Amino acid sequence: MSNALVTVPKTAKKGEIIEIRTLVSHNMETGYRRTERGVPIPRDIVRTFSCTYNGVEIFSAELRPAISANPYISFYTVATETGMIAFHWKGDNGFSVSSSAHITVT
Amino acid sequence: MRAFRIAAWLLVASTHAWAQPPATDTPLAERRSGYEQMKRETRAMQDDDTSNPATFWVLEGESAWKRKTGAANRACSECHGDAAVSMKGVAARYPAHDAKSGRVINLEQRINACRIERQQAKPLAYESRELLALTTYVARQSRGLPIAVAPDQKTRPHLDAGRATYHRKIGQIDLSCAQCHDQHAGRHLAGNPIPQAHPTGYPIYRLEWQGVGSLQRRLRNCMSGLRAEPYEYGSQELVDLEYYLMWRARGMQVETPAVRP
Amino acid sequence: MSKRRSRREFLSAAAVLAAAATLPAGVRAQATKDLRGTEQDMRVAINHFTGSRPLAKGKVNLEVPPLVDNGNTVAISVTVESPMTEADHVRSIRIFSERNPEPIIMGFRLGPRAGRASVATRVRLADTQTLVAVAEMSDGTYWFGSAPTVVTIASCLEEI
Repeated sequence: MSNALVTVPKTAKKGEIIEIRTLVSHNMETGYRRTERGVPIPRDIVRTFSCTYNGVEIFSAELRPAISANPYISFYTVATETGMIAFHWKGDNGFSVSSSAHITVT
Repeated sequence: MRAFRIAAWLLVASTHAWAQPPATDTPLAERRSGYEQMKRETRAMQDDDTSNPATFWVLEGESAWKRKTGAANRACSECHGDAAVSMKGVAARYPAHDAKSGRVINLEQRINACRIERQQAKPLAYESRELLALTTYVARQSRGLPIAVAPDQKTRPHLDAGRATYHRKIGQIDLSCAQCHDQHAGRHLAGNPIPQAHPTGYPIYRLEWQGVGSLQRRLRNCMSGLRAEPYEYGSQELVDLEYYLMWRARGMQVETPAVRP
Repeated sequence: MSKRRSRREFLSAAAVLAAAATLPAGVRAQATKDLRGTEQDMRVAINHFTGSRPLAKGKVNLEVPPLVDNGNTVAISVTVESPMTEADHVRSIRIFSERNPEPIIMGFRLGPRAGRASVATRVRLADTQTLVAVAEMSDGTYWFGSAPTVVTIASCLEEI
């Protein structure tokens, strides 16, 4: 649905280094905040992010409470072949979001 | 001699900025959006829709626009069609006069009025995710257009009430909006640049909130900052102030959804 | 002289006790904990990452705005000089904070397929501090770069 936004170029030349930008919708509750009454609000964050290119993992990240809400991660990869670049976010309380983008490499 | 001194003091006092609200506002050419005072990285967040977290709200608003709701089981799109066409320019002229209630209302109230009257649905709570999503989606359709709030005989009292609020000193800190945002715009308050405070991009993604919020939420934050009791959401005081601020920003481009510190 | 000083100390101690006695029980029992970390916490975390191996300054360029717009959302980026070939590349990058409640901000795993060892993200910073980014290379060496930043509290917050 609309809980992940990924920016991947639609086409690229083989060997070209491309930039990938990702955004996922998540509050990233740190676990350090308290309610008005002083009750601690439990930690609830995205824990891992991984990117695969035609099934091979090319990048991954480990997120901590220090990452701002609606985590933004951008990185680079080499355009090796046409196919699917897939993204997966996993976090507390069963949080699991996937997204993908097709790239044509010539 | 004493009479002369009193007269001299009165003369100085009457010309001092706080003696009466200024009759003129900042000329259009001198109006500056808060965007210009942000760091390069924050501006980059706003410039690119795929880097702007507010896009999630726009997408949710688009879904809500198409979703049937209420006892009438009707979606916004059934009456209004494609929002990019029907809603273009709407946010640029809100707050606006509402014939039914006889008052000036803001965009959130207009959306809720539609929900109640046309969809027979319950109004959405102020600052609820769904109301913010719909408001952001509708306001997004005015992006790039000049703000065009145009008071007339009917709405003049609301503009005057908003202007009076803007110039009134409030709170334990005892300052008015004008003192910071007219007199000291461009300077700094505790490390943060003071903007002219033109609401060009609402609802905004505020870095402090790490989420999207309305102009009223931001105004209430200002009031808390001055240690004043904030006006309630939906209060006429806040709507009139919004109306004055949008009029004060007329001619500036809508940036919704903007990113702000 | 000592008699007056001890009398002053006695009075101030008595004042503190008297004040404490008027506080509600729950507040008296609870100490306000400063959650902010220390440089020592960060060093321990860095040593854990490097296995206490030698850490050289260089190759790692950490970019943080010198004065942030808002400490809740700070855009940072890390770029590591590396040919990013199979034989010579960045294996992983970890970013550390000396003042946040936790010393590790984020970790990334790269590899030769990255093409460029450059990542960007948005982080929360608890206070004015220096951030450190450490890169683990494919040859087992560790390199670091750092950047100081000033973090102020936003004006006009909401009441909690």
